[in-house]
Amino acid sequence: MAVALAPHAPVIAAPASTGAAGGAAVAVDRVSRTFAGPHGDVVAVDDVSLDVAEGEFVVIVGPSGCGKTTLLRMIAGLETPITGRILVSAPDNRPVRNAMVFQGRSVFPWLSVEANVAYGLKLDGVSRAEQREKTSNLLSLVGLSRFAKAWPHQLSEGMRQRVAIARALAVDPQMLLMDEPFGALDEQTRFILQEELLRIWEATGNTVVFVTHSIDEALTLADRVVVMSAQPGRIKAEIPIAFDRPRDQATVRSDPRFAEKFATIWSLLKEEVQEARRSAGEMVR
Amino acid sequence: MSMSSRRVIEVALTLLAPAILLVAWELISRSGRVNQVFWPPPSSLWDTAVKMVRNDGLFTDIRVSLVRIVGGFLLGSIPGIALGLAMGLSWPVRVFMMPIATALYAIPKIALLPLVIIALGTGETAKWAIVAISIFFLVALNTMSGVLTLDPVYRDVAHNFQASRTQLFFGVALPGSMPAIFTGLRLALGFSLIVIVGTEFLSPSQGIGALIWKSYSILAIKKMYVGLILTAILGWLLILALDLVERLVVPWNRSTS
Ligand SMILES: Nc1ncnc2c1ncn2[C@@H]1O[C@H](COP(=O)(O)OP(=O)(O)OP(=O)(O)O)[C@@H](O)[C@H]1O
Ligand SMILES: [Mg+2]
Repeated sequence: MAVALAPHAPVIAAPASTGAAGGAAVAVDRVSRTFAGPHGDVVAVDDVSLDVAEGEFVVIVGPSGCGKTTLLRMIAGLETPITGRILVSAPDNRPVRNAMVFQGRSVFPWLSVEANVAYGLKLDGVSRAEQREKTSNLLSLVGLSRFAKAWPHQLSEGMRQRVAIARALAVDPQMLLMDEPFGALDEQTRFILQEELLRIWEATGNTVVFVTHSIDEALTLADRVVVMSAQPGRIKAEIPIAFDRPRDQATVRSDPRFAEKFATIWSLLKEEVQEARRSAGEMVR
Repeated sequence: MSMSSRRVIEVALTLLAPAILLVAWELISRSGRVNQVFWPPPSSLWDTAVKMVRNDGLFTDIRVSLVRIVGGFLLGSIPGIALGLAMGLSWPVRVFMMPIATALYAIPKIALLPLVIIALGTGETAKWAIVAISIFFLVALNTMSGVLTLDPVYRDVAHNFQASRTQLFFGVALPGSMPAIFTGLRLALGFSLIVIVGTEFLSPSQGIGALIWKSYSILAIKKMYVGLILTAILGWLLILALDLVERLVVPWNRSTS
């Protein structure tokens, strides 16, 4: 091999051809979800309404345990609301394909890196040749071409997360649901993948609902930041982020509105995090 | 440390413990403090073994036991895996099977031999059956726990990619529980050997257990020892073979690679 790339240095390639999927619209209408907990029912999501437009990039932030994952899972159809409705639709009434990048470890340990990326394509019955081509494009996009044949346990946590992202992108979803996808990554890789995600999103026009704990990340990516309140999870505020596009790390941070938006979101979140800590303390007592 | 020098140390350490045992046995036997008729030095067993191969058909006994073990092992473990997967994936099956599985799991398997003989006679079928019965629930319970402890996120991923039930079964449940299945199989293989030697004690016609028992009853103590040592070697080789299979079937497991 001519050039030895550092394993965590993603090769910046053109966005993989993602058959111009277009976006889906989401209408979350007064949705609630409770779970049976050790001290009675836990209200994970309480009367949440949220509209996401076709092709919009929405980022959800909120204190730990406020129901972000639950909301995302309900949008994905993996969990059913107790009350309320969720409508996901594409412009010409095509069936909507969503792909979720799960929080934490979700790469199949029993499949090689390339087989993980090709998983959805294989289930879709895509031809071998097309599987190979798409997989190799996506692996070079996330900088893992050299690890195509590796087992997941041979990769770092951050590299595994990139496999999960590539696996979700492979099926050309009209809607990407991403649950803290970059949480386990080092900052440089995170920056590069954020920019790559923006390129892919711009190229495909798909809709993204993205959960993060990082205000910085929210401001870099979002059209709109949704702040959720501590348990029971409600929507506390929605803040439009109108920075110019296309964005990158530098343009976002040099935008004069960055500091102001940061302060707004932080003050909203701070209250909620303190509230969450208070009620956690009460539960302990 | 390089991988190859570690490998050398591994092999040396593996052989060291049996070597120490044999040397100690040899020394004690030759010390004159024990009766050599009952505690013959291991070095004298080699000649006995060679004679047994020539005159007594030792290899036939080994082959007979081996076929019983492997046959019974496959007969019990393959349905055991299937039942375990079903118990792991479906709670009604689990609730329904659990009392029988845990109760029979606890019975000393050799106690079932009279029943098996009543039902199937004393032929090879009965030998396979007693091994199969002994390991069936052991394998099933290990497999079930493999399915139950599998991280639910893998099922979520499969559902998110619209996997069918069959695809979920063969693509997630089966490969995901493979490490637990092999833990069960390794235990089951040990049990198979124990049970078959015990069975051959009780209905001694052929096989390595029969050899041990018959030698003991005519006080051919050296022959008995040859049988014991061969049983130990057989058990060790069977586990090695299973490890090899595991490495082929579960190449992704951190602990096998
Ligand atoms: N399957 C479940 N069974 C029981 N309780 C659950 C379940 N899933 C979530 N909960 C509860 O619902 C609440 C919200 O959980 P959720 O995972 O949606 O939070 P989150 O906002 O994603 O938190 P984090 O930022 O830590 O990931 C928590 O109190 C959690 O304990
Ligand atoms: Mg979460």
